[in-house]
Amino acid sequence: MVVNCQQVWKEISNYVEGEVDAGLRAAMDTHFSTCTRCKSVLDGTRNVIQLYGDERMIEVPTGFGRRLERRLAQGARSRKGTWSTWSAWLVPVAALALIAGGLRWADSLTVPHPLQSEHAQPGSNIPPDMVVVVSAGAKDFHVPGCDVIHNKEKIRTLTAKEAIREGYVPCVRCMRKYLQIASTSPVSSELVTELSSNVEAEDRARSR
Amino acid sequence: MAELNVVLSNPEQGTTREQELIAQVQRGQAELFYELVRPYERRVYAAALAILRNESDAEDAAQEAMLKALANIRQFRAEARFSTWLIQITVNEALMRRRRERTRMTEAIDDHRDDEGEYTPRDFADWREIPSEALERKEVRQKLAEALASLDRKYREVFVLRDMEQLNIQETAEALGISVASVKTRLLRARLMLRDLLAGGWEQGWFSRLPFEKGTKPW
Ligand SMILES: [Zn+2]
Ligand SMILES: [Zn+2]
Repeated sequence: MVVNCQQVWKEISNYVEGEVDAGLRAAMDTHFSTCTRCKSVLDGTRNVIQLYGDERMIEVPTGFGRRLERRLAQGARSRKGTWSTWSAWLVPVAALALIAGGLRWADSLTVPHPLQSEHAQPGSNIPPDMVVVVSAGAKDFHVPGCDVIHNKEKIRTLTAKEAIREGYVPCVRCMRKYLQIASTSPVSSELVTELSSNVEAEDRARSR
Repeated sequence: MAELNVVLSNPEQGTTREQELIAQVQRGQAELFYELVRPYERRVYAAALAILRNESDAEDAAQEAMLKALANIRQFRAEARFSTWLIQITVNEALMRRRRERTRMTEAIDDHRDDEGEYTPRDFADWREIPSEALERKEVRQKLAEALASLDRKYREVFVLRDMEQLNIQETAEALGISVASVKTRLLRARLMLRDLLAGGWEQGWFSRLPFEKGTKPW
């Protein structure tokens, strides 16, 4: 078999992949040994593959890994809260118990428990009209200026109540004080309902 | 050639720690998931970026894709490569976002134009190799990234998934929802175009001031 330059160019990618049959490979090898043009195409193609295949060619924005880790940690906690089927109804039930006044949320936080999910904390005492910000793609809402806001260029301002209704969850960093206050004070039933439907909304979002 | 095939065939041998982590996460230890994906986070990001071409969109898509991977970890089967599975989820997420964006922007779609016409290499001078060590230099990486960014989307995507993300041809086809034949045609063209761009780069002095420039080749 003899191949010309055009045939070589057409097959050069397959040749480099090791995807040409023995006959064609031999013919191309012969061609490369005599045709400097095609040899140059071959060398260049290999060089391209070698360079771009190098890990160093992948550049990620500063802090990418840290932000991914944080978001996954939030996801992991919320999964803990909703993983088993019973937790879906247990969250509102526990919340009702909380309203009834017996249970102190702080106590239940000391033991590992699925309800520890930050996303499902019924004890929130966030003022409903407080101004908060959310950012595109992230699931939590923040006090404006919080330093863990992801994607700062795309933020939107709304009230805490609206944010909760839209399915956002309080940032564990900047909303911490509200989440902790909640352990010692009763919460409004409205927020509890919203927070538990919030969990369902997240489930829906996840199963999309 | 032999060494290239070795690298591509199974870069993840000896992944017992990985298998262990997968099993733990599947049993519910979701907090270990980041440790599991960390070795691939750069590739996941690059896959999203190839499709979305915007850093913050790519980052967000990558994060969302990893959350989806976590949510679906029990569907992962040990026969598959974990990295490939992650990248496929990421590509899906990114394509979905782009489609959504498209519908909103009613941007021109060049998908259906097929790859008719063959690409003829332009530069036949003796190939001046750019050694891997040159990648230590930011300006070299940047020029290579610019060359890649100048390719049409359909060529760029295939090239990134195959040659940068190391998916195989079949996996690339599946991830992008195109035929194996299209992957091959586009890949050929992408590689040849990049080769010409890099050859032109020498002429335009992209690689000047570098230690491996003409006459001072250290390799
Ligand atoms: Zn030739
Ligand atoms: Zn915050």
